[in-house]
Order: sequence, then C-alpha cells, then structure tokens
Amino acid sequence: MKHVITALVQNQPGVLAHISGMFAARGFNIDSLVVGRTEDADLSRMTIVVIGDDYVLEQVRKQLGKVIPVVKVRDFTNTENVQRDLLLIRVHAPAEKRPAVVDLVNLFRGRVADVARSSVVIELTGTEDKIEAFIDLVRPYGIRELARTGVIAMLRGGRK
Amino acid sequence: MTNKEGKKYKMKLDQGFVGACGGEIIQQILMDHGVEIIFGFPGGALIPMFDVLYDSSIKLVISRHEQGAIHMAEGYARATGKTGVAMATSGPGATNLVTGLANAYLDSTPIVAITGQVKSHLIGNDAFQEADMTGISRPITKHNFLVSKVEDLGRIFTEAFHIASTGRPGPVLIDVPVDITLNKLETPANLTMRIPGYKPSLSGHIRQIQSAAKVINASDKPLLYVGGGVMHSEATDELRAVQKKGQLPITTTLMGLGVMDETDPLSLQMVGMHGTASANYAMQECDCLIAVGARFDDRVTGKLETFAPNATIVHVDIDPTSISKVVKADVPVVGDAKDILAKMVDLIEARDRTPWLERIAAWKREYPLAYQYGGEVIKPQAVIEKLGELTDHDAVIATGVGQHQMWAAQFFKFRKPRQIITSGGLGTMGFGVPAAIGAQFACPDATVVDIDGDGSFSMTMVEIITAVQHGLRVKFIVLDNEYLGMVRQWQEMFFDKRYSGTVHPCPDFVKVAEGFGAKGIRVSDPAKLTDALKELLDYNDGPAVLVVAVDPEENVYPMVPAGKSLHEMELGRLA
Repeated sequence: MKHVITALVQNQPGVLAHISGMFAARGFNIDSLVVGRTEDADLSRMTIVVIGDDYVLEQVRKQLGKVIPVVKVRDFTNTENVQRDLLLIRVHAPAEKRPAVVDLVNLFRGRVADVARSSVVIELTGTEDKIEAFIDLVRPYGIRELARTGVIAMLRGGRK
Repeated sequence: MTNKEGKKYKMKLDQGFVGACGGEIIQQILMDHGVEIIFGFPGGALIPMFDVLYDSSIKLVISRHEQGAIHMAEGYARATGKTGVAMATSGPGATNLVTGLANAYLDSTPIVAITGQVKSHLIGNDAFQEADMTGISRPITKHNFLVSKVEDLGRIFTEAFHIASTGRPGPVLIDVPVDITLNKLETPANLTMRIPGYKPSLSGHIRQIQSAAKVINASDKPLLYVGGGVMHSEATDELRAVQKKGQLPITTTLMGLGVMDETDPLSLQMVGMHGTASANYAMQECDCLIAVGARFDDRVTGKLETFAPNATIVHVDIDPTSISKVVKADVPVVGDAKDILAKMVDLIEARDRTPWLERIAAWKREYPLAYQYGGEVIKPQAVIEKLGELTDHDAVIATGVGQHQMWAAQFFKFRKPRQIITSGGLGTMGFGVPAAIGAQFACPDATVVDIDGDGSFSMTMVEIITAVQHGLRVKFIVLDNEYLGMVRQWQEMFFDKRYSGTVHPCPDFVKVAEGFGAKGIRVSDPAKLTDALKELLDYNDGPAVLVVAVDPEENVYPMVPAGKSLHEMELGRLA
C-alpha cells in the first residue's frame, strides 16, 4: 500500500541527507521523495511516498518526528487531498506516428515541450493514476527517456 | 600576553561575548552548563581551543586513545546523570570517537562530543586530517552540528546540551572548524535556541495512565519489566513505590540493574538471554507485562512469535518510536517515567495474588543462579559473588563485554541505580577500563571496580596510564581465561568446539600493570581469592589490577539460544 506523508523541516544543510539516511538505515521502502521551499523561508516541505502496511507507516511517521530538524509530520492517509506528480517523457515519434502521440497528449491535457526529428518530449501533470495511465498508453510507441518529480500533496478545504 | 588575573583569556565573558574568540565562547558555554571535566586528545585543529583551556578551571583529562576519552565521558555520564564531554581533533581523532558515539546512542547516554575540523574554506577538499564527521556520525548521534559562523557557536552549544540531556538522552556531535575557534565575535551573541521540531513529551496522558492502572489492577499475574529509562529519569523512588504498593514481581534489563534492590524477595533479577530462569518463566507466563523505560530488545524477548503469549502489554516510554516497534503495546503511555509512575502510584491497588507470588517463589527456589565450586581452579562467578560481599554491594561496577559481563550482572546483586556501567545495546568490548576511569573521576570517594575479561581488557588497557597519571584509586579485575569466552561458549554449544579465532594468548598482565605504574596482583588459588580481593580493595595509592586465573571452559547459564523462546533456556544444571 502506498501512503503519502509530508514533513515540514527546517531549511538547513544536511537535513535531506539526514532523513534519507534514516530511511535507508531503517529499511523503509520509499517510492518517491520531493523537497522544496515553502511560504516560510526557514522551512522546507518534504513529500514522501512510502510503501508498506500500517505498522510500517506508523514507524515512518514516528521516526521522522524524531529527527530534530523535522518540525511537523502529516499523514495523508484517509484525507481529502490534492496530489500531483510532474512527468517529462521522451517518446519515439517519427513523422507518421506523431499525430497519434499528440492526440494522446491532448486527451490527457498534457503539452508537447519539445519536438525533434523522431521524438517528442511531453510534459504532463496529474495524479499518480493519470500519469501511470499515460505512460502505459505511450509505451507501445517506445519510451526513450522518462523523468518524474514525485508526488506533492495538499489538503483540500482550506485546511493546513 | 596576560590579563590582570595573570591569564591569557578572560575567565568569565561579559554579556553578549563581544570581542571573545570562538574558543572562549565554547569554554564559557561549557562552564555555564556545569561542565567540570573534558576527556580528550589534542591535535592540529584543536590547538586554539586547547590554548583557551590551558588556564581554564575545567579539568582537561588527556586519554591515550580518543576511544578511551569518549568511553571515559560515558562512564562519567552514567555514574552521575550529567552530560559527559569528549573532545577530539579532526580526521582520525574524530573517527576514533565513532565507536563511543554508537555506544552512547544505543544506550541513551548524554554526551556532547566536540570535534575539531579543518578550516572552513578547506571543507570538502580532501584536506589534511579532514573527515566528514557530520556525515559519518549522523546515524549514531541524536543530532549533530557543523559550525559555519562564530555568531552561531553559542546558540549551537546551547542547543547541543539541551538535546543531549533532555527527552531520551543521547550523544550530540559538534564539528568546529579551527578558524571558527580563532574568529572573534563582533556583534552580541544570541543564545536563543532554534529547534522548533524538538518537543519531547514529558507528561503522561492521565487517561492512558488510568487505563494502565486498570489493566494492572485487574491482572492476576502481573510482571514489572524495567530498563535504563527509569535510571535516566531518576525515577527509582517512584518505581519502587509502585512496585511496593501493588506487590508486583519485578525484573530488569541489563541497563536497569539496580533500579530495584536485587535482594528483595519480589526481585527476579535480570531477564533475557542470560537472565534468571525465574525471570524468563515469569515473562512467558504473566498476563500483564508492565514495561517501563525498556525497549523489548532481542536479548530480552527471545523468539518474538512466542514471547509473553498471554500478556496484555502496558508500555511506558519517553520515546514514541520504541512503543509498538518490536512488540505491540496494548496500553501505550508516552512520557517521562518519573512523572508517570508518580501519577500511577495512587491508582495502583494492593491486591492478593498469592498463587502467582507462590509460583514465582517456587521458581526462585528451584532454579537459582548457581555454579559448581570447590575445585582447584577459581570460578569466575565466585570472584564476583565475593566482591559483592566484600563491598556490601555498594561499589560502582564497570564491565567490558562478554561472559564476565553476564556473570557480573548475575552475581553482584545490585541495589542502587547508576551502580552498573556497562555497554548494553552496542556491546563494546574495551568499554570497562575507560568507563571505570570516567566513573572514578565522577565519584572520587566511591569504590569503583572494572570487572573485565582478558579480551576486553586488552583492547583499552593502555588507559590505565591515564589513571596512574591522575592518581585515581580505580580498581580493575581481569577474569583471565585466555579465551574470547562468550564466542568460545557459542562455538562449544553450536559449532563442535571449533574454537576459531577465540584462543587468546595474553601477556603477563601484572607486569603490564606495573609497567604502567599501577599495582599488580595475581591469584589462581581459590583459597587465596578473598585475600587477593581484600588487597585490591584496600589499595588506595593509585590504580590496581587484580589478575585472576579462572576456569577456562566455564559457561554462562541460563542461556536462551538464538531463535528460541525464553522458556526454552539451556539451564546448565549442576552435574
């Protein structure tokens, strides 16, 4: 089971290394980890997707909370939330195949970010399901390169 | 250049520390936190710091190896509850602290380790004697810091002491580049801590405490299982009050020895792999297990699937990550043991549990800790029993790691907390000699004895030179069987006595002790053991080493073999 957790951390050198080192040492299975700045210059937000059962999730939450520069931990399990992942994908698309590929891009409301002689780079944001579905559909054309940011998430309804 | 006190540096800085150099700021903060002694070893990156300390009122104890220095700081901290301070230079000096940091981390000992570092602009360039100590120590410290500006020095040291000594204590490392110790502060220092993410929960939730009391009162076969957390919390009185009120049988971990008076009829002594049979049987049969300040370590639980199968588990701990990590807690209570036990005592009822108490008394009668004595070779257990008698169980006992450590835990009979100073979680051989030295510095008037094995003793015996230099009356007993005993025991029990790598030829430890400047005593005749121990205890002109030739193939019993349940102990009955 995949769980989304966010941690508000002090914006200091070494914090990312500390947290990823802790995950490695404890043997937690991390699907993705994203960190970036927030509205507060002293704080960064880290969004982590953990694979595991409830026991693993509880340990991850508690171990994160134990790390000194971590100020707050939130578990998004069973919450109403907005989740987005950003995908950049280079798909093999020679001239005769390109319209079909671009058609898929439009259906998914993505964008073509680059065009080359026999490939295109596509940019797509959305939920994990949407991204996975798109990747599946373009796979037959040939995926040359793929990069994802990982999930970031926010609670719905004006809560923080 | 000296000031009017005849010293090179100001002894007490003015408000704000303006004009002081980094080294003076460090000294001031250490003094403000009551630091009276630093255990360390100099080096290039520490020269400016050591220059400040030359005139200091803080005592500087130089070890012979940095590992000795940090274990001394640990012995000091364990004996007193104060934060121990260790100092090492950059590169190899700092990396030599790693074992001590890992040891303090696993046993939750409050330590502030200060390491020199190369000049700030050289960091990351593979400079001479450079090591990425913040990277290396991250998994084995509660937190660590690399100081980048002299303006941050005061705040960082303040935060370090706070983190090391509060909540679940632990080691904190501060890496200080040498230029920072020289730089002068131009604007007033701001010592306000900036650690919003660190809020240890100290006060137990009253609802949880009430649930715990309810479960305990309803149980027919309760068992108190207490660990080092009760000692760190200084909660011995509160614990004994709860134990007495409820007439609860009680067992302790290795780290919790002394929290309960082991001569009390309801004390089951230590539990686990080498615990007593009565403690292990009680653990497996109890219907309510009350864990306080203990973390269900694998040495205690044996096979998890069959551990305490009938017990409702109450778990009191200050660290939420320990609760339900190994064993699911039915009633978790997060907070400081002292606070929680104080709130619990009035809620615990005195109840008649005669069948359970009789069962326990029967186990104690039928399966006492025992060994075969009366032969021509001294039994190691006899040495410890005799030591306990001669000191009236009122000495500070440090140990190395191995068979001797287990016998010390089993046969000394501890009565007070902070009596035993041993490496539990990491199991560091060589801990005994320097830890005893640190404890003697902490308690100059106490009788401090290191009970050691020849293996562990050999690793750090060089620190006896430090003890001689400072005229400490610390005592060392080497239970010499010329084997690495604990591993040899496993090889005997599970590997057909193939003693691979465990035959351990030793030098003449008496000559070694005398060469260091200490007194050396040797005994191998059981009839002379008591006199030899008395000679050791009566010698107070400096350190003394008693080398006891003991039975080389004696085993520690009971033993729970790896992978077995607690009740599947090898009891090693007398033939």
